[in-house]
Amino acid sequence: MTASLLSVADLGRDGIEEVMAVSDSFVEVSERAIPKVPALRGKTVVSLFYEGSTRTRLSFETAARRLSADVMNFAVGGSSVGKGESLRDTVETIEAMGVDALVVRHSSAGVPWQVASWVSCSVINAGDGWHEHPTQALLDCYTIRRARGSLEGLRVAIVGDVKHSRVARSNVLAFSTLGAEVTLVAPPTLLPPSLHGWPVTASSDLDDVLPKADVVYLLRLQAERQTEALLPSLREYTAGYGLTRRRAALLLDDALVMHPGPMNRGVEIAAEVADLPSSVVTRQVANGVAVRMAVLFLLLGSTPAA
Amino acid sequence: MVDATGERRADVLVRDGQVAAVAAGIEPAAGATVLDAGGCVVAPGLVDIHTHLRQPGREEAETVETGSRAAALGGYTAVVAMPNTEPAVDSAGVVREVLELGERALCEVRVAGAITKGRRGEELAPLAEMAGLGVRLFTDDGRGVQDARLMRRALEYASALGVTLAQHCEDEQLAAGGHMHEGEWSSRLGIPGVPSEAEELMVMRDIALARRTAHLGARVHFQHLSTAGSVALVRAAKADGVPVTAEATPHHLSLTDEAVASYDPVFKVNPPLRPPADVEAVRAGLADGAIDAVATDHAPHAQEDKERPFDSAPPGMLGLETALAVVLTAVGLPVGRALALMSWQPARIARLDQGHGGPIAEGRPANLCVIDPAAVWVVEPDRLASRSRNTPYAGRKLTGRVRHTLLRGEPVVVDGEAQR
Amino acid sequence: MGIRERSATPPLRGVFVARSQVMDAGDLRRAITRIAHEVVERNHGLEGVVLVGLQTGGVPLARRLAEALATIEGSDVPVGTLDVAFYRDDIGLRPVMPEAVTDIPFDLTGKVVVLVDDVLFTGRTVRAALDALNDYGRPRAVQLAVLVDRGHRELPIRPDYVGKNLPTRRDEVVDVREDGVDLGTVQK
Repeated sequence: MTASLLSVADLGRDGIEEVMAVSDSFVEVSERAIPKVPALRGKTVVSLFYEGSTRTRLSFETAARRLSADVMNFAVGGSSVGKGESLRDTVETIEAMGVDALVVRHSSAGVPWQVASWVSCSVINAGDGWHEHPTQALLDCYTIRRARGSLEGLRVAIVGDVKHSRVARSNVLAFSTLGAEVTLVAPPTLLPPSLHGWPVTASSDLDDVLPKADVVYLLRLQAERQTEALLPSLREYTAGYGLTRRRAALLLDDALVMHPGPMNRGVEIAAEVADLPSSVVTRQVANGVAVRMAVLFLLLGSTPAA
Repeated sequence: MVDATGERRADVLVRDGQVAAVAAGIEPAAGATVLDAGGCVVAPGLVDIHTHLRQPGREEAETVETGSRAAALGGYTAVVAMPNTEPAVDSAGVVREVLELGERALCEVRVAGAITKGRRGEELAPLAEMAGLGVRLFTDDGRGVQDARLMRRALEYASALGVTLAQHCEDEQLAAGGHMHEGEWSSRLGIPGVPSEAEELMVMRDIALARRTAHLGARVHFQHLSTAGSVALVRAAKADGVPVTAEATPHHLSLTDEAVASYDPVFKVNPPLRPPADVEAVRAGLADGAIDAVATDHAPHAQEDKERPFDSAPPGMLGLETALAVVLTAVGLPVGRALALMSWQPARIARLDQGHGGPIAEGRPANLCVIDPAAVWVVEPDRLASRSRNTPYAGRKLTGRVRHTLLRGEPVVVDGEAQR
Repeated sequence: MGIRERSATPPLRGVFVARSQVMDAGDLRRAITRIAHEVVERNHGLEGVVLVGLQTGGVPLARRLAEALATIEGSDVPVGTLDVAFYRDDIGLRPVMPEAVTDIPFDLTGKVVVLVDDVLFTGRTVRAALDALNDYGRPRAVQLAVLVDRGHRELPIRPDYVGKNLPTRRDEVVDVREDGVDLGTVQK
């Protein structure tokens, strides 16, 4: 039974801590002259991205290459991966070619679970619809840990379109598992229909939450939300929920500003605020490769090559 | 033996397609086929007023023949096939085609006609022409009629034909983009949700329209009700004397939206599976008569289609072969009550009660089923007679199984095996 | 001779039970001093010499060796630590975790790297270390200093400096501590 990473919940507190502990070593590897180790030599990592994302795909690819694994990329639109071939056929064909890990991203929630039920290799969820993005949550936890030492008792505000955000869902799970206090800040139309059972508090007043936040995590606002009658305009969103220059002054001195990227400067974050020292967004990206190396190493680092 | 008149112990003699005698201790004549019904319940055949046979157009999922075989194995002697075929059943020609296919079927196949042309919800279909061929139930099922004015006209026009308009209640504006019930589970799973109001608003609207056209003789039947609100609305309407009827599916009586957590599109259905409170309310509706019938909404889909991502997989579940067992096991209804909901009451709604669901008595057509209420079996998708495999009960152990089914006196199912 | 228990280092699972002591604190100290002299002699001084201790047993040894070298030559030799978890060739049930983050805060190119480990056994750890070093630069030479050589080599690797040669059975375990070296077994 090969291990997969489909949800942050798969790891539990111990699992998250283990990923972060090993990530330290991979940060060191990435800073070397030759940022490569042979740990996954002979293993094959295939990324199957049905939803475009150059950044995440590159991050996974870099991580796999730095572990000396062989990498293959399938991006929908090219080759036979399109509407014609069924998801199951595609995945089983890839598996037949010999793959140790399948990194899957899809616009529909649950696809990694479906894939995992059809293949015997490891499956890594690189983002499924609105549902989860576990490696993002892991690198976010790691970034906070490196900056602040521990998440225990830390007050984290997640701001923005929570309803449609897989990053938010994974982060709520990860942050609360590590002992942080999570507050969601969003207009009512951008919160999920029900927060019952979520380990969070909710607020629609960002000015009230900001001065008490150790970490401000901004979510990306997609322009389509305006056309779906969820918001009257982007301007109104920024006025109520954007990290403007005025709001940046309300932040605690050592507060961290985070964003999963890519940032909509001028919408959820003012251009000048994005480049303040409190913004650790570039660190998130750098840590992303190390954390994904840790995940790949933990999942594949011992089983014989396919 | 259980029928609408009550329960008794007896043997049944069938000759020339009719019930010839009902009495204790009938001696079989030489050469007669004897079907053992020891420990079983002999009942009128079940009637499903909501089945998708997929033919014409989607034969890879099901045909009239394979669907009727599944029906017979489930104890059904009559089904009403829904019109969302390709082409839709919106004219005499397509009605005739399906009826002809049904002539050799293992159960009686009736057809529901579309209310609007192509089920597009824009213009009335030729209801009278289809009624002339015996169509008694009309629905755009798959969709609800969105335009209130059009629905009113349809009710007025149909009232002169002695037919019933059945509604798939779904307000498409409210439901837009949803793939499961909107609530705690959809929030957790990150799947766009359909609020209960999408169903309830149309139930409310059609009750009002039915009230208005009642004096003309129009009749409205609500298909697959799934929410507490819907059940309450229908209960109140009936109490007020509005001539409406309602059905519920076995899956809305036994499964909740939590099942979707597996992300298996087998659990994707329209209307969606609901939370426990709604399931309880639908069961209560069965118990107090707010809901008149259990109908399967048997919706076969080819395996590839149900292996698509949840968002893009088509909604629908199989139902014909498991309906009775689910109603007896998961809902726990006594056999007599189950039969009322699955045989004579739906027969009356679909105006099939001349031939089906009626009391087992001399001179009546021999459309019967023999049920073993204690038989325990496990649902194996690969062993179902349906061409498709999308049952949400795969691997479940159920109690209650049909042993024999007789269609117009012909034993089409004997000892759980289809005879042709 | 008492029986002491100590957790065995990964990938061994179980508890170490000592059966006999092969070096006491004094033997250890003298061995390190002797190795230090040998390093100086072999390399004609300490110019361009760096120490790299292998996690975990080689790290404290490397530090003690550096102290001894400082005492002899009066100069400080750079010391780094190396964890070879990512370079191992084992196939086990779980990946072997790094014990600590590798720390080599100097350039290796052109240097004489003295790898320091506590016990030399199959030679696989040293082979992994040689691969790892190559990813940090191109040393002029690599020398190997071990406190105990217990035999059973599986690769053509030989130490340049040895504290003690100790014939052992394959199932035995050598346990090196700050104040001595014991021979024993691991009990699950």
